[in-house]
Amino acid sequence: MSQTPPIVSVLPTRGLVDEKFKVLVENLPPGRPVTVRSLHHSDNDHYWEAFGFYTSDHRGTVNVSKDQSVGGTYTGKEPMGLLWSMCPVPGSHKGLRLRKLNMCSPMLVNISVHSGHEGFRDGAPLASVLVERWYMAPGVKRIDVQEKGLLGTLFLPPGPGPFPGILDLWGGGGGLVEYRSALLASHGFATMSLDYLSCGQPVFTYVETAFNFIKDHPQVIADRVGVVGLCLGSLPALYLAADSTVVKPRCTVCISCFAIYPSDRVLSGSFEEITSLSGNIPVDENNLERWKDVGLGLLSGSLRKVNMEKVTSPLLLVSGCDDQNWPSFETAEDITQTMRAAGNDHLLSRLDYPDSGHLIEPPFSPHFRASTFVTTNKRKAMILWGGQTKPHSDAQEDSWRKILSFLQQHLCCSLNAKL
Amino acid sequence: MDKEQCCVSLSVHPSRGLMDEKFIILVQKALPGFQLTIHASYHCEDGNSWEAFAHYTADAGGTVNVSQDTSLGGTYSGVEAMGLLWSLRPVPGSKPGLRLRKKNVQTPMEVTISVYQGHQTEGFVDQVPLASVLVERWYMAPGVHRIPITEEGLTATLFLPAGPGPFPGLLDLWGGAGQLVEYRAALLASHGIASLALDYLTSKVTVETGKNVDNQYFETAYRVLQKHPQVCGSRIAMLGLSFGASFTLKMAVYSQVMKLRCAVCIGGSHVQPVDGSVEQVLGYMHKNTEKTRFSEQNETIFRDLLLPIPTDPSLKVDVGQLQCALLLVVGEDDQNWPAAESAKDMKEMMERAGNSHLLTILSYPKTGHQIEPPYTPHVRAGIFRTVDTRQKVMALWGGQTVEHSHAQEDAWKKILVFLRENLYDGTDTGATTSN
Repeated sequence: MSQTPPIVSVLPTRGLVDEKFKVLVENLPPGRPVTVRSLHHSDNDHYWEAFGFYTSDHRGTVNVSKDQSVGGTYTGKEPMGLLWSMCPVPGSHKGLRLRKLNMCSPMLVNISVHSGHEGFRDGAPLASVLVERWYMAPGVKRIDVQEKGLLGTLFLPPGPGPFPGILDLWGGGGGLVEYRSALLASHGFATMSLDYLSCGQPVFTYVETAFNFIKDHPQVIADRVGVVGLCLGSLPALYLAADSTVVKPRCTVCISCFAIYPSDRVLSGSFEEITSLSGNIPVDENNLERWKDVGLGLLSGSLRKVNMEKVTSPLLLVSGCDDQNWPSFETAEDITQTMRAAGNDHLLSRLDYPDSGHLIEPPFSPHFRASTFVTTNKRKAMILWGGQTKPHSDAQEDSWRKILSFLQQHLCCSLNAKL
Repeated sequence: MDKEQCCVSLSVHPSRGLMDEKFIILVQKALPGFQLTIHASYHCEDGNSWEAFAHYTADAGGTVNVSQDTSLGGTYSGVEAMGLLWSLRPVPGSKPGLRLRKKNVQTPMEVTISVYQGHQTEGFVDQVPLASVLVERWYMAPGVHRIPITEEGLTATLFLPAGPGPFPGLLDLWGGAGQLVEYRAALLASHGIASLALDYLTSKVTVETGKNVDNQYFETAYRVLQKHPQVCGSRIAMLGLSFGASFTLKMAVYSQVMKLRCAVCIGGSHVQPVDGSVEQVLGYMHKNTEKTRFSEQNETIFRDLLLPIPTDPSLKVDVGQLQCALLLVVGEDDQNWPAAESAKDMKEMMERAGNSHLLTILSYPKTGHQIEPPYTPHVRAGIFRTVDTRQKVMALWGGQTVEHSHAQEDAWKKILVFLRENLYDGTDTGATTSN
């Protein structure tokens, strides 16, 4: 035991999930091939990993932020590749998805260094370090909301406030998905995630109630409340921005946009209609459901769309051009045309990402081209989301930065003369 | 709430850091030229509250960057990225002589950083700040294991870094107040060194029997560390502060069991009965109590107890026989131990013996006795209770806050480099490994 092993260090060891880290390996012999690997044990008991193949330099160092990975789950100079290129370990079930359920604890990632490239798994790690990735900054408060018939979670930033507010509407997977709200609160927004699918109430009045709940909260600045929606959640978001006569968001962000009302009944409406389309969902050669075509059919069909000409506040649409789950890009184009014709397209900003899929998540979240999904009528399917991993991951990083900037620009008051 | 006031945004990066990491505090979206006070508040485990504050003026872009901008006054002034931590002091009305020490290292120190309007000096607790954030400061990195050690009569805690190991090891000793002080060992483990914090003055055995430990106690601690499967038995260092430095030097030179790779002594001396155990060394100091002096504020100055440096070789560790690298950290305003005089004498002894190439001295002007990990608040004096007399006094540690705080930061960096160089295989080409 006279040889000391290599030293792997990560800075910061405790960071927010959207913060970059630096991974450094030292005290290796020079010119040694090594694998740097990340391993995560998820809340639902699956293992995810990423790895890159490196060679130590003349000082016996590998610097993941500066050096090139020549193989593994990512290649090239990728400081954060150990997170965004994660995939289930060999032998896992098919169609897994990585999502953190408990916001109050960090995601734990083990970063280790192994000898060699192919076959690195055969030996024990030479060194390893544990890294925490948090959705909640210190001092962010998580509050269960169960009043006025609402089912949601409110995240308040630390400090006296008052804060700008955000209503966060997740997608068709249902349930109460909290992580984006927690992260937005860590950036200074009082954010509420809302379970709008299992509330059993007419959804559009439900989200109006939720919006007003945030607006009326003593620690929220009443005229600075925005809405963020993903996929199915962008429908109620756009309703609030356009058709609602009760509330007016200060700004709206829609990711992988959905703008068609499920039926002629605008004000009521559960989502069963749209999600219970049975039978004719096309599948690709791998038997993965490609809902995009259903969506394209609906876009050109006779169902009513959200009246985008009535939007009077800034709107940001984020689309993945390889979205196989929903025609987000086509929807965004359709909205652009409508707004251009109505003369309110100066309010519209677009972010379109080639080779990116449907699930545009916070940065460094692993990309998966398909996963299992349980629909509202309890049917289990393997759904194709689309996207190629590297462009999709770049899109997540770029869009998050721009989404935060958009929200800060419109929701945070600033007395600088630039506006 | 005034609409203008709600605009100001405050951020601290990283929001969760190790105790020795720097942070960047940014205030943004203020009006250009806006006067503001940045305030830090900490509630200690012992119930006492500490605070620091600094006055800034927002620039033309409405921004204050504490790492780059000048504090115009407060508990620190000038450009001081970490001033809000090291200038923390007990809030008005606190008991005198307090010291900020974290006992439970498994939880972070939680510091509230706030922005207030205007240049304020008091009454923060009665006002609503414009913004505030919470910052966590940790002694333990994620994955570091804390293992209480009670085998073979030891009272100790082992901190193991994350990972398979094996790791170099270190014995960590504190000073004359005794107790099991864990935070420095925890921080060293966060830097990859398996560190054993050792209570050698108030161990369970001592408390129960009234008898001090013998010198084999230190060797037992060394052996426990050495035989641990995750420790490199041939790469063990020893680090002692104050009274702990005495035993570090004694063991480094005379122990047949301990083969230290290197030693670090902070605020200590080689002056002691060379053959003496804890009991005798304490007794030697007690014999000289008439040399105790007092400052104008009636603070106790202990440094003369070991002066003048004796010429009698039985009264000082013969560092000329040292075979491993030694780093001495000296505060030139140390009023508690004659660290500067001792270091000078040790240098002369080693020069005469021809092993002075092993010696490095870090000497800091206007720096006192308690040279702690970086950003630990400096106190010039504090309540101190010696283990043998059980008498509580207000001891003068010395040092001026700004210089002492800079010294802590510099010394820690150099201690880590010294340990890394001596505990790991050196880089053959001699290239620097700083990054």
